[in-house]
Amino acid sequence: MSEAYRRPVSDTWWLKNPNYRFFMYRELTAVFVLAFLLVFLYFLRQLASGPEAYNAFLRRLSSPWSFIFHTAALVAACFHSSTWFNLTPKAVVVRKGEEKIPDAFLITPNYVGWLTISVIIFLIATWS
Amino acid sequence: MALVHDVLVIGGGGAGLRAAIAAAEADPKLNIAIVSKVYPMRSHTVAAEGGSAGVIKANDTLEEHIKDTISGADWLADQDVVEMFVKSAPAELLQLEHWGCPWSREPDGRVAVRPFGGMRIERTWFAADKTGFHLLHALFQTSLKYESIQRYDEWFATKLLVENGRCQGITAIELRSGLMQPILAKAVIVCTGGGGRIFPFTTNGAIKTGDGMALCYRAGAALKDMEFVQYHPTGLPGTGILITEAARGEGGILVNKNGYRYLQDYALGKPLDIHDPRHPQLRTMELGPRDKLSQCFMKERDKGNTIDGPYGDVVHLDIRHLGEYKIMKKLPFVRELAKNYAGIDPVYEPIPVRPVVHYMMGGVHTNINAETSIPGLFAAGETACVSINGANRLGSNSLTELLVFGARAGQGAVAFAKEQKKSDTAALERQAKDEQERVRKNFIAKTDGKERIATIRTEMTKTMEEGAGIYRLEAPLKATCNKLAELRDRFKGVTLDDRSNTYNTELTSVLELENMLEIAEAVAHSAVNRKESRGSHQRTDYPKRDDENYLAHSLAYRTPDGPPRIDYLKVVITNWPPAERTYGEK
Amino acid sequence: MAERTITLEVFRYRPGTDKEPVFQNYTVPFRDDWVVLDALNYLKDQVDGSISYRWSCRMGVCGSCGMMVNGTPKLTCAAFLKDYYPGPVRVEPLANFPVERDLIVNITDFAHKLKEVKPFIIRREEKPVSEGEYLQSPAELATFKQFSMCINCLLCYAACPIYGLESSFVGPAAIALAQRYNLDSRDQGQEERHDVIFRHEGIWECTFVGECSEVCPKDVDPAGAIQQAKVGGALDLVKSMLMPRGAR
Repeated sequence: MSEAYRRPVSDTWWLKNPNYRFFMYRELTAVFVLAFLLVFLYFLRQLASGPEAYNAFLRRLSSPWSFIFHTAALVAACFHSSTWFNLTPKAVVVRKGEEKIPDAFLITPNYVGWLTISVIIFLIATWS
Repeated sequence: MALVHDVLVIGGGGAGLRAAIAAAEADPKLNIAIVSKVYPMRSHTVAAEGGSAGVIKANDTLEEHIKDTISGADWLADQDVVEMFVKSAPAELLQLEHWGCPWSREPDGRVAVRPFGGMRIERTWFAADKTGFHLLHALFQTSLKYESIQRYDEWFATKLLVENGRCQGITAIELRSGLMQPILAKAVIVCTGGGGRIFPFTTNGAIKTGDGMALCYRAGAALKDMEFVQYHPTGLPGTGILITEAARGEGGILVNKNGYRYLQDYALGKPLDIHDPRHPQLRTMELGPRDKLSQCFMKERDKGNTIDGPYGDVVHLDIRHLGEYKIMKKLPFVRELAKNYAGIDPVYEPIPVRPVVHYMMGGVHTNINAETSIPGLFAAGETACVSINGANRLGSNSLTELLVFGARAGQGAVAFAKEQKKSDTAALERQAKDEQERVRKNFIAKTDGKERIATIRTEMTKTMEEGAGIYRLEAPLKATCNKLAELRDRFKGVTLDDRSNTYNTELTSVLELENMLEIAEAVAHSAVNRKESRGSHQRTDYPKRDDENYLAHSLAYRTPDGPPRIDYLKVVITNWPPAERTYGEK
Repeated sequence: MAERTITLEVFRYRPGTDKEPVFQNYTVPFRDDWVVLDALNYLKDQVDGSISYRWSCRMGVCGSCGMMVNGTPKLTCAAFLKDYYPGPVRVEPLANFPVERDLIVNITDFAHKLKEVKPFIIRREEKPVSEGEYLQSPAELATFKQFSMCINCLLCYAACPIYGLESSFVGPAAIALAQRYNLDSRDQGQEERHDVIFRHEGIWECTFVGECSEVCPKDVDPAGAIQQAKVGGALDLVKSMLMPRGAR
């Protein structure tokens, strides 16, 4: 009896179709989120280490590289969050009788919540 | 060395799975095998759409279902069997519900029923418009519960092993390896479906090649009522894809090229306005029986009232007035099929339809207990002819038939198997070796063949359509009989491109063709010998029903190298003597 | 007028004869309403009877004829030639499964997984049939209906990169069918299906690529089934932590 043939899966499988590529980009945004988190933790550490360390950190924050990194991280985080917000109806099903409620009812609250919390944090941050 | 089981089921569709489950429940200590040439979820039961009939509502009675079935059958059904069938139906359908079948429901949670052709009262249980799909998957998934059921998926049965006066197993080719092996059993149940593929336009899938009918036929069992072939009135032109009767049950209408509901000209009652709450009226107009509706199409065609299409004449099935909401709720699959395969959206346009071959009322002759004339050999489902369908089957009786007779066959096979002590293993293995050699010599090793499978197959379907269609006449029928004899001969000269072992689907195609040629002859010869018109067998030279001479089933017996021998068996009449078959009454 | 034609590049693999698969090119007549399956049948009938593939119903309900058409998993009975014209059309066996022969793949892995998820009604106590049907409202039926539409065509497994890389993953269709029963109001077998769904190779292998739902010809949305199972699983975990002797 002959053996069935197993076709090898290439490492570049994700280049094969636009949905796979989109998936990879979405997953890669996690790298930026992680990187930002590490920078943030370092920031907290510097803050706790006294005014000299903190000011040195602030100076590095205003460098062009830092600006580029933070912009990219913000874009990545927004992309990351909105893809997951948009997928909410897949994970959470709410029915009224036999019909599912429209997707927008599940997606919009996420954005509203995000916007609200962002505004609150912004106000707190700029209050002084 | 040999594979041995207590009960062996050939065919993994609705009847086969139901039989296996019944056998497993009757005695969990026995081991049950299901041998199928395809994975069970591919069986053609999956394509049934409309529903499954059973008396369940307060306004219905067993007697009404019996009467509808008997008159639908044009009095060729055995009435004792119909009585048993109708009585057993509700429990079988409830059992399926308990096994998870997602029957559509009333608001109060009870099972819903819908109107169907030829029935005076609504009694067709349905699961949207994919009842066969849900029924098959419920049965298949439930069968996975039973450890005693072992499956041989993609094994092609080629011969029944009959020894010492009883059926003791089969030979089958494992498609993956190409190896043919005997599988011995104390009882064998054949549930391989019908053979619509002997015709050119059919709702049937590729696998419906009458394999089991041919297996039993070759083993000496009779094929009963083979001339009765049902044309479903609403198939898509070209492909023959089924548009369920439920479309008419929900209120769809049939119109000719003048937009006229032509059925009113053919003693099927008076049409109600489509917005009348009483429309559709049962047993009237579009809810008449299938044989009559298909015949009306032919008459309209002769009058020049049908619509020309790229695949021949059609009429229009109009469901636009149901509205998008109702169509999506009750007939979503119909919409999908019409869009994909007819290029129209039935919410906005009528569907082009024509009669296509759909079901064989005929099959392996069995009694009320699914027993064939060969001890140890049982048959159920479309493969068998018990007969509850007689000369014409009512829509939605067939899915119920799978359950009732599948269960009966399973129980009967267990009872029989428990009585068998020895098996004639040596003789059976010799038979198996002979069969192996036959297939090798005639197909694999043969190098001097000239004809392609497709050539013979196409000529077979063409002659069946010409001589054994909806309206038949002596001369074309005789021509078909002769043509089939010629094809039987030419078949000996068929050649294969593929002589390999692994998944040789050309070998299975040629074996299927061999089976089809056998049953086609049974159909044609039974038809030429029945000199009357009854149900789906209409002879323009004998247009009347002849109860004096033909209130009997045709039995076709295979002869070694010639046409089948035709005999007759009287129909069992109990409480409903033959009467005029009328529809359209109030 | 010359008849229009289209080229099919067909994956061939004949164990015993071919060490490696090869592609064979065939020219078939182009018909407006032909599907890829019609083209394959034409080839098998008239040109090369040795091409092996599975098919039956031709109407998208039996699930037999799944193959890769130009790299995308499709039911060949629903892939219209006119959508690929002028071609060529590359026809390959379903991805991520071992190839037995030509366009036929080995699906015993799925058959095994289907059995593992116990896709049948499980009840602590069965009601006798004589007492009638289990009542189920249309809303209750709607809860699991979508997941019951799976025809086991396995296009989702061919689309799933996780399954391609790690064949121990239980997979989209099997999990969707497990959910179908878990959500059926008549079923009481969630606990029995718990292990197979919540083990490592179950729902947690899924990284929500979502391609399974994209290719599903029956809109079963197996990706949705898996994410819903994840949410359900997470909630159950929280509940069991807050209420250890669990009210459930």
